[in-house]
Amino acid sequence: MQNPTSNGEHQHGAPEYSVRFDRVNKSFGDLQVLDRLNLEVQPGERVTLIGPSGSGKTTILRLLMTLEHVTPPKDPAAEGGVIWVEGEPLSHMQKGSKLVVANERHLRRVRKKIGMVFQSFNLFPNMRVLRNVTEAQVHTLGRSKDEAEAKARELLDLVGLSDKVDNYPSQLSGGQQQRVAIARALAMDPDILLLDEVTSALDPELVADVLGVLRDVADTTSITMLIVTHEMGFARDVSNRVMMFDRGQIVEQGAPDEIFSDPREARTQDFLRAVLAE
Amino acid sequence: MNEWDNEIVAEVFPSIWQGFIVVLQVTLVAGIIAVLLGLLAAIGERIGPPWLKRVLSGFFQFVRNTPLLVQVLFVWTATSLYINPEWSAFAVGSAVLGVHYASYTSESYRAGIEAIPVGQWEAATALSLPTHRVWGAIVLPQMMRRSTAAVTNWIIAMFKEVPTLFIIGVLEMIAQAQKYQGQHYDGAVEGYTIAGILFLAASYPVAVAARRLENRLAKSNF
Repeated sequence: MQNPTSNGEHQHGAPEYSVRFDRVNKSFGDLQVLDRLNLEVQPGERVTLIGPSGSGKTTILRLLMTLEHVTPPKDPAAEGGVIWVEGEPLSHMQKGSKLVVANERHLRRVRKKIGMVFQSFNLFPNMRVLRNVTEAQVHTLGRSKDEAEAKARELLDLVGLSDKVDNYPSQLSGGQQQRVAIARALAMDPDILLLDEVTSALDPELVADVLGVLRDVADTTSITMLIVTHEMGFARDVSNRVMMFDRGQIVEQGAPDEIFSDPREARTQDFLRAVLAE
Repeated sequence: MNEWDNEIVAEVFPSIWQGFIVVLQVTLVAGIIAVLLGLLAAIGERIGPPWLKRVLSGFFQFVRNTPLLVQVLFVWTATSLYINPEWSAFAVGSAVLGVHYASYTSESYRAGIEAIPVGQWEAATALSLPTHRVWGAIVLPQMMRRSTAAVTNWIIAMFKEVPTLFIIGVLEMIAQAQKYQGQHYDGAVEGYTIAGILFLAASYPVAVAARRLENRLAKSNF
């Protein structure tokens, strides 16, 4: 394996990492949520982040989606504190030879590589299902209306909702809304998909449908996935790697079987015991 | 005491009706100002630089906390003395009324914007939608649903305040009734009664329609 350069690229230029957190800090006021976090995810990898509430898992996804911003370091070159996506900085941008905090234009360009599915779906209630899936294709990616509609119909078919294109979100069940949200995120052809507790707001009988759709996506695409979930069965099935977080640090990581069957750290053992007992 | 006189009613009605048309015209012009300026101010307060938020907030606080009558007299006098004495009372009065009510409509719009769940903004960010689409396709339609009834109520309230402009000589209904009384030393009761009935006849159906619209929006699919 070649050594990556500081920005996470192979020396011949192809990005080795899909996502790279380089000594990233994130504080909310006095509360340090991430403490010099290093994290790397390879292209096509499916990584599940587990850990107790407040351990920083969701913050990692929100930083990647630029819904939150890193606590900026004074000197990124020396101190790190930068998030990289496919070989280019996300939280920062190159200005001459220096890395400076990214402006909105830079964020808008780089985050097009990333899609996110939220816990509470966040569909646009004033738009019918079809338009929820076409809106950003047309206005962010510049696709034609016909092209966007064809893509939307294909994806809505994939998630089993081809008969709901003319419905408003309020006319759908939670599970159906979440499947539309998955179609909406996939319509943007993201390289990286972030799934933030996507089944937590659903009634138990609706969880299986949503997880089934995500299993299909995992099986049929090479999208890099970062998953925050309490569905340990799903994490075991879909992930290549599981990371256990506590207090903004990775406590332990490894293959799902390793983490779920034979966790080394006491903190991981306690957490899994508590979650599996629920 | 003067008794009700139907002959006076017939005589005074055309001029009161003329005043009613003026009231409608003022309401239309001031209403457009109140609706658009209020909306722009609410958007400006949300996305503008801090100095703009301070200026808008301070200005509208001032407007809301001083009487409309004082504002009308102040602006009328100031424009006549220092800007252009040719400006009509109709134009100045409509502008003052519109700005005064923009200070209230902007609050209703602001409340409508703040009621939009944060997840909507986050989804728009995650999809990298351009700002004009975020506002035009997501925020404004959802805000309108929440703010329309309140803004309509402000416009009805504004409609009923048009007689304030009588003080600067806008010939609306009350001014017409007074004019008739001044000329004939009679007809005050008839004139004011007709004016009151016309106000009621115009505002009540609008209020009912606004309530129906509110109910319909509450039951709609979004």
